[in-house]
Amino acid sequence: MTLFHLTRRTLLAAATSTLALGTLATPALAQTPEGVLIVGQIAEPKSLDPAAVTAVNDFRILVNVYEGLVRYKPGTLEVEPHLATGWEVSEDGTEYTFSLRDGVTFHDGTPFDAAAVKFNFDRMLDDSHPFHDTGPFPLAFFFGSVVATEVVDDLTVRFTLSEPYAPFLSNLAYPTGLIVSPAAIEQHGGDVGRNPSGTGPFSFVEWRSNEAVVIERNADYWGEPAGTEAVVFRPITDANTRVAEMLAGGIDMMVEVPPNALSEFQGDDFRVVEQAGPHLWFLILNLREGPFANQQIRQAANYAINKEAIVNDVLEGTADVAAGPTPPAFAWAYNEELDPYPYDPDHARALLSEAGMENPEVTFYVTEGGSGMLDPVAMGTAIQADLAAVGFDVSIETYEWNTFLGEVNPGLEGKADMAEMAWMTNDPDTLPYLALRTDAWPEAGGFNSGYYSNPEVDALLEEARTATDQDRRAELYRQMQVIVQEDAPWVFVANWKQNAVTSDRVENFSLEPSFLLMLQDVVKN
Amino acid sequence: MGRYILKRLISAIPVLLGITIIVFLIMAMIPGDPAIAILGGYATADRIADLNRDLGLDQPLVARYFIWLGNMLTGDFGRSFSLNRPVLDEILERFNATLILAGVSFMMCSLLGILAGVVSAARQYGFADKAITFAVLIGISVPSFFLGMMMILFFAVNLRWLPVSGMYAIYGGGDLPDLIRHLIMPATALAAVATGVIARLSRSAMLEVLRQDYIRTARAKGVGERRVIMGHALRAAMVSIIPVLGIQAGFVLSGAVYIEIVFQWPGVGRMLVTAILQRDILLVQGGVVFVAACYVFFNILVDVAQSLLDPRIKT
Repeated sequence: MTLFHLTRRTLLAAATSTLALGTLATPALAQTPEGVLIVGQIAEPKSLDPAAVTAVNDFRILVNVYEGLVRYKPGTLEVEPHLATGWEVSEDGTEYTFSLRDGVTFHDGTPFDAAAVKFNFDRMLDDSHPFHDTGPFPLAFFFGSVVATEVVDDLTVRFTLSEPYAPFLSNLAYPTGLIVSPAAIEQHGGDVGRNPSGTGPFSFVEWRSNEAVVIERNADYWGEPAGTEAVVFRPITDANTRVAEMLAGGIDMMVEVPPNALSEFQGDDFRVVEQAGPHLWFLILNLREGPFANQQIRQAANYAINKEAIVNDVLEGTADVAAGPTPPAFAWAYNEELDPYPYDPDHARALLSEAGMENPEVTFYVTEGGSGMLDPVAMGTAIQADLAAVGFDVSIETYEWNTFLGEVNPGLEGKADMAEMAWMTNDPDTLPYLALRTDAWPEAGGFNSGYYSNPEVDALLEEARTATDQDRRAELYRQMQVIVQEDAPWVFVANWKQNAVTSDRVENFSLEPSFLLMLQDVVKN
Repeated sequence: MGRYILKRLISAIPVLLGITIIVFLIMAMIPGDPAIAILGGYATADRIADLNRDLGLDQPLVARYFIWLGNMLTGDFGRSFSLNRPVLDEILERFNATLILAGVSFMMCSLLGILAGVVSAARQYGFADKAITFAVLIGISVPSFFLGMMMILFFAVNLRWLPVSGMYAIYGGGDLPDLIRHLIMPATALAAVATGVIARLSRSAMLEVLRQDYIRTARAKGVGERRVIMGHALRAAMVSIIPVLGIQAGFVLSGAVYIEIVFQWPGVGRMLVTAILQRDILLVQGGVVFVAACYVFFNILVDVAQSLLDPRIKT
């Protein structure tokens, strides 16, 4: 019986030698190379064609390869010239004429000119354009008011709008307004999203499906050359794995760090970067029926919820308490005098009894997760507890994100009294215009799922959209915020602060309020 | 033999057809439609209706099923809207990665599992048997994704022996040693449960055989113990071990879904999860049919192997 002579001694010996071998044979893994920045992204990009993508994840790559006529001034959400050197707006606000920068070429060597700009906008907006079909693209409505794009001369291009539309400029600064090389589009057709060519500080090298997108410094860039030789975007969908890669040195930068992982990055080897952005996390209240038809009950809900505790304890400081419908990141349009509803359960109880409804029953739609929703289940539970403490009887119904949108967007009538929601926008116009106007009720094709209606707010928003003077627009938005806060069609909860972690080898990096990831100036040692 | 294989192949056709119907119906019935997933926050009733028309989702269910099936029979799996490329390209590329992971993992669990089972049986109630039974119980009880995360924490983050995730190094990789280094943790984590199951079943199959008269006869004749175990007993036990391998192959394939997410392995499992969340109907349907077809085919192989080993099975 000498078969498989496995004894305690042999086992022990085997185990020890394996361990010893492991320790001897493998030095710590090589670090990422110098001059190459490896970024941990949250997902595989869908495409690198600005006329096909809608996700922030994809925008993070796009904005380093392509450029638009205008851009957001670094650190702000204000628009400044970029590929255009300047612009003029006609008196009536319907004609925008841009002078273009001279001597700019696309990565494929073709010149950037007025014809290229026209080509891009015609492709997006004109059904009969030979390269119009880029698949389902919901963001074309950003430029829905553009009726014509004309080439005035080589370096002058003019847009004609069907009506004055103030967000036009900030929509141009958004990734949807990025300019692609017409030659590349003609060569690759629908596959230009896998063979991008722009004018940006980085040019495209390769896209290995599900592994990496690689871009490198554009040696012929018209401006300051990029600070790193190359950037590699790696999709790492699982947040824990992304954190592990960061800790192990496999990536130099990660975005969207889960709040509970931030403590891992406290040491000197890492830097945590934060930036508040144009994001609002709120509760839609159903004004058409049920308890929230009453303004006092809506205000009671705003008083009853401990927003400080939510942002500090549930979200571990990765968000600020929201005061009204406009995020403070829109500094020029934000009303500084607005204070958030304080946490005051006693006042909430008083409001409830004044309204004669001490224990209102509320059905609350919660989602499991989704774009910009942060930690919706934990937040929903905290909200339920806070509301219960003042007398509300809240029952939660939880849905997966796409199902949730399918329930909430068509309106809450007959289904729920309250629903979680979050928006990230690029102009102070977008969210209130699409979700607070009477004409934005779901039956009219908008996102006002709680049926809020105030003619004064409607008028302010319409005027702000057509006013071309920014100071005038700002004034109108500030008035709107005061009224909406008082009317309380929503419970204003949080403004998310986007975060990122970099290793100590990364320099010159900051996040932008636009949530875009600008890597031109970043240096990697 | 040829006729048996042909018969089995023909009998797989209704199974595969059934799978196409089931996956099609599931995708048609789950709430949240693809138009909403594409439009996200910008989904309005008008845009949803327009998009559904563009995607051909406004047609009756039965018509949609037959269009899809007909196209698939001609090799056209359609186009994934979330990835903006043909479904078949994506599946084939991804399937390669899954085959490497699941294949290596399956070989690991088969070899280790049978070996452990044989050793356990040969040394019943001895120290080796107890040690193996203990290890096997742990293997079966620890969820594979948890094991995967713990391995990452220990071997990649703390010790830095192995890379955390991915299939190849981003820089300076791409060769076989690089692949192996990336493969060790996910393949082990994926094999753990199946190894345990196979070990336990191999042990009992061996014990069963070792009690038979002909084994006693063999020993009495003076046949060496090694030959008794490996030659006589294991061969007979394999008849009951092989079907278990077939079933475990299915578990390894489905377990790959979690493991691919934890280790960011660019395989079909991770693709399916993302596709389901995005309601990328054609990608989900194509992927599931593909995986199912592989499983069915593998089980035919198992049956054929079994019939070769066991003359009692009628061919």
